Amino acid sequence: MATTIHEPPVHEPSKIDLTRAPRAASGGGGGIAVADGDLRRLDSYSPPPATTAVWVGIAAITMSFIAFTSALIVRKGGAPDWKHLILPPILYWNTLVLLVSSFTLEAARKQIGGYMRGTTSEKSAFWLHATLALGLLFVAGQYIAWLQLRAQGLYIATSPNSSFFYVFTTIHALHVLGGLLGLGYVIRRFHKGILRKSTLDATSHYWHFMDVLWLYLLFVLWSKI
Amino acid sequence: MHDVSHATHHGPPTTFIRKHIFSTDHKVIGKQYYALALVAAFFGMFLSWIMRIHLAWTSAAIPGAQLLSSNGAPGGVITPEFYLQLMTMHGTIMVFFVLTTAPFAAFGNFFLPIQVGAEDMPFPRFNMMSFWVTFVAFLVLVASFVVGDGPTLGGWTQYAPLSAVGSASGPGQGTGAVLWAASIGLFCIGQLLGALNFISTTLDMRTKGMSLMRLPLSAWAWFITSCIGLTAFAVLLPACILLILDHVAGTSFFIPSGLVINDKMLPHSGGSTLLWQHLFWFFGHPEVYIAIVPAMGVVSHILVTSMRKPMLSHRVLIYCMMGIGFLSYVVYGHHMFLSGMNPFSALVFSFPTLVITIPATIIVLIWLGSLYGSRLRINAASLFSLGFISMFISGGVSGFFLAQPSLDILLHATYFVVGHFHMVMGVAAMFGIFAGTYFWFPKMTGRMMNETLGKVHFWMSFVGAYALFMPFHYLGLAANIRRYQAFTDDYLQKLIPVHQFVTVAALFTGFAQLIFLYNLIHSRFWGAKASENPWEATSLEWSTDSPPAWNNFNGKHIVVYHDPYQYGVQGSLGDYVMQTSPEQVATPGDEK
Repeated sequence: MATTIHEPPVHEPSKIDLTRAPRAASGGGGGIAVADGDLRRLDSYSPPPATTAVWVGIAAITMSFIAFTSALIVRKGGAPDWKHLILPPILYWNTLVLLVSSFTLEAARKQIGGYMRGTTSEKSAFWLHATLALGLLFVAGQYIAWLQLRAQGLYIATSPNSSFFYVFTTIHALHVLGGLLGLGYVIRRFHKGILRKSTLDATSHYWHFMDVLWLYLLFVLWSKI
Repeated sequence: MHDVSHATHHGPPTTFIRKHIFSTDHKVIGKQYYALALVAAFFGMFLSWIMRIHLAWTSAAIPGAQLLSSNGAPGGVITPEFYLQLMTMHGTIMVFFVLTTAPFAAFGNFFLPIQVGAEDMPFPRFNMMSFWVTFVAFLVLVASFVVGDGPTLGGWTQYAPLSAVGSASGPGQGTGAVLWAASIGLFCIGQLLGALNFISTTLDMRTKGMSLMRLPLSAWAWFITSCIGLTAFAVLLPACILLILDHVAGTSFFIPSGLVINDKMLPHSGGSTLLWQHLFWFFGHPEVYIAIVPAMGVVSHILVTSMRKPMLSHRVLIYCMMGIGFLSYVVYGHHMFLSGMNPFSALVFSFPTLVITIPATIIVLIWLGSLYGSRLRINAASLFSLGFISMFISGGVSGFFLAQPSLDILLHATYFVVGHFHMVMGVAAMFGIFAGTYFWFPKMTGRMMNETLGKVHFWMSFVGAYALFMPFHYLGLAANIRRYQAFTDDYLQKLIPVHQFVTVAALFTGFAQLIFLYNLIHSRFWGAKASENPWEATSLEWSTDSPPAWNNFNGKHIVVYHDPYQYGVQGSLGDYVMQTSPEQVATPGDEK
């Protein structure tokens, strides 16, 4: 509930018939509810916008990658020029780095959550910084993977496989960079003492989604389906 | 209670730039979207005038046309290529920058937060970015008139491979096509940011007592549209990225092997031309509903207020809009019946296309049934709402024919299709925009529009639009193919008088829009002052100042006690009770 920052209004209970049950909403001609009737329900299911927004964002990104994947399937199906690409081994190390970063972020969430609840007094952003560092390491690792492919003479236009490889990895890396910006924002607010749990939670949901997305993309690029 | 009040807790803007240009206030952003749509609409209409004059009097020199492009219109006579460029820009500008921005982004931004009782959207900076990215997208698109050899000529659908192979396929297909794809890609980003805000505003920012079913129909329509937009634009964006890569990076996503254009063999191989069509139409069909569903919501909202009674069923109307939104994803193949699709697949797409008419018909029946016996208050807003229903029915009926693969073989790519979508999507949505403008102008600017001019505008637009687009169906049945810039074949020459009539109707209808423009600008500065609630309406936007303060409700905490449309009841204000009024509603059916 967003507009609760002000003084609550003055109710006029005499005008409200408390004995009359609210009718089902029909747009008009009924459906009056006393304040206590509907409000509890509303309060309990209205999540912070950041929580909703991150799922909305994840839905949009998922949709985009479904589109990319279906492009790959169509392109693969009708093409005589499809050659399987042997992935640079560094990608597997990058995967490991990204997976570890999810655990460090969870550690951060646990630690900061404890601090916010007052169960621990230690105010530390160590795990957040660790996650940020691992995220940067992942992007750097992806860059090295591109350099390695380039050294083999595999450019974006060389073959359809390399085209999709560069498109998938670049767009994913851009989204990871977006997550890193989010982490930076979280760290700044944490140091200023104005971080909200919902912001931290939303950032970590996004970050874990980047993990899952990367595992999926790696599978699509690796498999010979 | 959650810790989210920060989202709306910004102070009033102080500088001119923060107030009017880079503003995070959803109302200013809504007005900016409206202004963008207005400029785009008149530009797009101006392009259509040139096209229509050229179609009716092909060899005539159009004074001033050479200013748009000296190569495309030497001496004012439109070249065939330039005709196609005009057509592409007309379609792109109208579909994206008018029909998507005005009913959804403009009105939605201004009124969704107010209708749910919030002070702003939850992510005001994203909201500001949404507008400015869209604005840049418009500039990038229009820039193609002056950069390189003009805008792309591939139509608003930009079918591959000709959209992907560069200038080999014609003027504007190099830089122009890249600018088109870049513009639409940016547009997608802007709309995704907007959808993010719309969805979280609806779900999380509702004030006390505002349950989902107490949202006005307009708010529901914007919410449903943002869900459609989220998934549709998320698919068009990758398509645009791949298209740009085919141009600038030498990839072959959409360009097949062995393609010879102008006696030149292209170096690409293995791409799929149909891939573009699939990706495009997966977006393209939902896009139709992105244009029409907000207009449905706006029109319903206005009609209820004018009828002074609720719709026959609030819930069914909402569920039908949801049904349309869902079905819009499974019908896109009907745009591709003639793409070499397996006839069985065509049947699979034809069936849901016919099914989608069921929720659409239910909505129309709810409107008509609710109108029956009501004492409708006639004003410009309610007239345009009725006009919307009329256009939606007339344009929708031809959809039944086009949905049948066997009939579509004959009608595909003829003026029948052009007439169909101009009426059901173009004019209908425009009428929704006009209705919304006349209805909400007092709230947006604090002044009333001139009602007499509004009614003149309606009748001229209504008669003009029918005179303009009804003959298209006849032309299509007479096998008049669309996108031809001149009608030289014997059988087409006989149709030229019809085209001349259509052109006159187009100029007449366009003239009516100049009356609207005059009314809009004149009323903005010299119109009569509007009261808080000039239409005696019930929803939340009418319980605050006209125009609302920067924080919408002057810092008051709004509590909602009623369903949105408490008309035809005895309240202390008259025949209605506002959503914010704590007084009890006595309805005739109550046992008291």
